[in-house]
Amino acid sequence: MKQKNIFIGSAALLIIAFIVGAFFYNNQKAEQAAQVAKQNQMALVRAHSPSFGNPDAPVHIVEFFDPACGTCAQFYPMVKQLMADHPDKIRISVRYAPFHPGSDQVVKVIEAARKQNQFRQALEALFASQSVWVQNHTAQVDLIWGPLGNLGLDMDRLKNDMNSPEVAQLIRQDLADAKTMNVTMTPEFFVNGKPLPNFGFDELKKLVEDALVNTSAR
Amino acid sequence: MKSSPWSLVFAAWLIAALATLGALFMSEVMGFAPCVLCWYQRIFMFSLVFVLAAGLFPFDPRVVRYALPLATAGLLVAGFHLLLMAGYIPENMTPCRQGIPCSTVQIEWFGFVTIPLLSFIAFLTVNVLLIATYFKTSK
Repeated sequence: MKQKNIFIGSAALLIIAFIVGAFFYNNQKAEQAAQVAKQNQMALVRAHSPSFGNPDAPVHIVEFFDPACGTCAQFYPMVKQLMADHPDKIRISVRYAPFHPGSDQVVKVIEAARKQNQFRQALEALFASQSVWVQNHTAQVDLIWGPLGNLGLDMDRLKNDMNSPEVAQLIRQDLADAKTMNVTMTPEFFVNGKPLPNFGFDELKKLVEDALVNTSAR
Repeated sequence: MKSSPWSLVFAAWLIAALATLGALFMSEVMGFAPCVLCWYQRIFMFSLVFVLAAGLFPFDPRVVRYALPLATAGLLVAGFHLLLMAGYIPENMTPCRQGIPCSTVQIEWFGFVTIPLLSFIAFLTVNVLLIATYFKTSK
């Protein structure tokens, strides 16, 4: 009987220590992330970053994303809906964080498509066909031309633009800023400069709604 | 009560449970991705928690027979991992894939305590406790 109590007691103690430790660790991490974001507002968004929505919107979301990331593709329609639910209240700027091998090549294509005013169309086509061109967590740029074929892009111009030094510089800058902002996973969102305390769409929605309340009170 | 065979196995269980939760804390809470060698050590350590607990109620001295192979295998993998990190075994000999090389040092406490060292010490202690249990119960 005594042995059983010792056993159950230690098991419970270990599990409680785990939960309490996890709680404190997460809190500390979230606080640190908020501090880092506060100190590095310069790196949050650059003039070259694609931006959508009302430029004077009270809420500004910055999203770091990877076109080859499955969760980013899942978030895309949800964020779009969130913006549609609050028309003219939300602006979004996107930053590239091509963490998957080969993904930087795909970002180059998106940037080249942007020069032909087809950023959104190219991104949507790529997200929709992700299972075709992302294989084994590796982005295969050779496989994206099929899915992009229907957009009416000037392919010669696109292939020329994607290898321009300014596009390469843009990706380098975005990756450097991702590092500064401590972005290690995608998608990562910042709402009016604040990072998500915990990852999840509900958390993003809550942060946006809080920001809407705060800014409309002024 | 002290150092009875039951307490020896219980101590071994406590170490295995601590190591298991510690490993889960580092991967799930702190977000370190376990490398391939870490996974093999986890396979042995995680199962020890259940095998040892099953041998405690009611106490069965034969638990040593079932737990010792797991503990020894884990010790071998942890030893291999330590040699690898110390540079005695070149990295290209190892089965590391998926972008997490096993020779990367993710934690260094007091300048020398790394995750594989903690794992090695835990496996070594479990082995010693189980062998002690064997000699205590076979007399």
